[in-house]
Amino acid sequence: MMDYGWSSAGAIAAAVESGAAGAGEVIDQTLQRIDRRNPVLNAFTTVTADRARARAATEPRGPLAGVPFAVKNLIDITGLWTLAGSKINRERPPAIADATLVARLEAAGAILVGALNMGEFAYDFTGENSHYGPSRNPHDTTRMTGGSSGGSASAVAGGLVPIALGSDTNGSIRVPASFCGIFGLKPTFGRLSRAGSFPFVASLDHLGAFARSTMDLAIAYDAMSGPDPLDPICADRIDPPIAPGLHRGAGGLRIASAGGYFRIGAGPEALAAVDNAARALGVSRDVELAEAARAREAAYVITTAEAGALHLQRLRRRARDFDPDVRDRLIAGAIVPAAWVVQAQKFRRWYRERVLRLFDEVDAILAPATPCIAPPIGQRTFVLDGQAMLLRPNIGIYTQPISFIGLPVVAVPVPQADAMPIGVQVIAAPWHEDVALRIAYDLEARGVARAPRPPE
Amino acid sequence: MRDELDDWLDANIALLGITVPPEWRQSVRLHLRVTRDMAQRVAEVPLPDETEPAAVFRA
Repeated sequence: MMDYGWSSAGAIAAAVESGAAGAGEVIDQTLQRIDRRNPVLNAFTTVTADRARARAATEPRGPLAGVPFAVKNLIDITGLWTLAGSKINRERPPAIADATLVARLEAAGAILVGALNMGEFAYDFTGENSHYGPSRNPHDTTRMTGGSSGGSASAVAGGLVPIALGSDTNGSIRVPASFCGIFGLKPTFGRLSRAGSFPFVASLDHLGAFARSTMDLAIAYDAMSGPDPLDPICADRIDPPIAPGLHRGAGGLRIASAGGYFRIGAGPEALAAVDNAARALGVSRDVELAEAARAREAAYVITTAEAGALHLQRLRRRARDFDPDVRDRLIAGAIVPAAWVVQAQKFRRWYRERVLRLFDEVDAILAPATPCIAPPIGQRTFVLDGQAMLLRPNIGIYTQPISFIGLPVVAVPVPQADAMPIGVQVIAAPWHEDVALRIAYDLEARGVARAPRPPE
Repeated sequence: MRDELDDWLDANIALLGITVPPEWRQSVRLHLRVTRDMAQRVAEVPLPDETEPAAVFRA
């Protein structure tokens, strides 16, 4: 029997489609593995075992036939509370329908096995959670997964599922992908439907996916993309599927490394990862994303203000029920002057126009995903560019200036010998997920990018 | 020492009906200060009045 815990989604689907494996045995083995490993990893908050077994019994077909997947618990699952990592949301009614992306993965044959832990209301880069406990990094369970999609990264890196969904507002897919050593895709803003997901920052929220290979990421993305009348922000675009063209690799693409801001403060592991990827791809030029520091600051201002406004009534009535680390940031956000937010949104337009000009010269840009490897759980501060900083708000310094203008990014794990994993962002022009995925695939084919299997 | 951040904090939580007990205050104030510092640097960029904000809306 195959070891489904470490099989790719593509291999599972091929086995199920050919009749070599039954969806039921895939799901049984997956549920056993979750039972065994989740008490350590704390990745799942709910396991939907009955639903998964019932679905497997229908012997689903398609490009993801029989492939188990799980979703960050801010994505609706029929009959469950959409917790978004909170205690407060347990008092809302359970979801009455699956989110669009859950329905689309299932339509492609995949089987939902549960909901995943996350930082409260997604305002988090650590994966810690005062209500449900921290998700744990499979490569060292004393260390953070990164967040806020911490359970998603832990579940994929720990071999519990080959595909998980998460959300990324400022880096919440790319940071945990980097810390846990897996691939993460944050598509273009507006590409994947957000219908049936609990919001954080309407101006910046994206949904996306995690996997242990580029091909699995592309297969999942192809199954999920496309217009959705239930989401007014989801773009009315249908582009060709990406998985069939991945084999083209990076040939003919112009690639640069991000200089300046994206090298200041980066630790040796982060710089080595970017440089290894650049060397493998024959990258010889640097580009400067001018005003990236201000872009990150503008994203911060918009985030805190929109999130504070979203949660205002809850802050008034029951502030004590929030995770304290999240609550204090939300209260500060709720009282941000409107002029600061409007200026940040105007700056966003200005910055976007300047960054997009770079894509006349290059097709993709490499940058660190995180400034450091995963810190120990509970650590509150770290040193960045020689200065002691609060850790929680600052892990996303390299991801925020990119999601701020909605560019598609694949976070690619570039492991180094005897070290915790760390990732690189492959950043492409809007609507060019194909370019970022082809480069990730190329790095994987060259053996530079790889999701390492953790010890158990 | 109290400064304009404290005044802003007190006035606005009162306006919005949020209660901040003393043990949360230092942390809330820290986050407000960080946001203020960032917003000031963003405001240093001179933008034309005609610049369209990038908040998303399609009629």
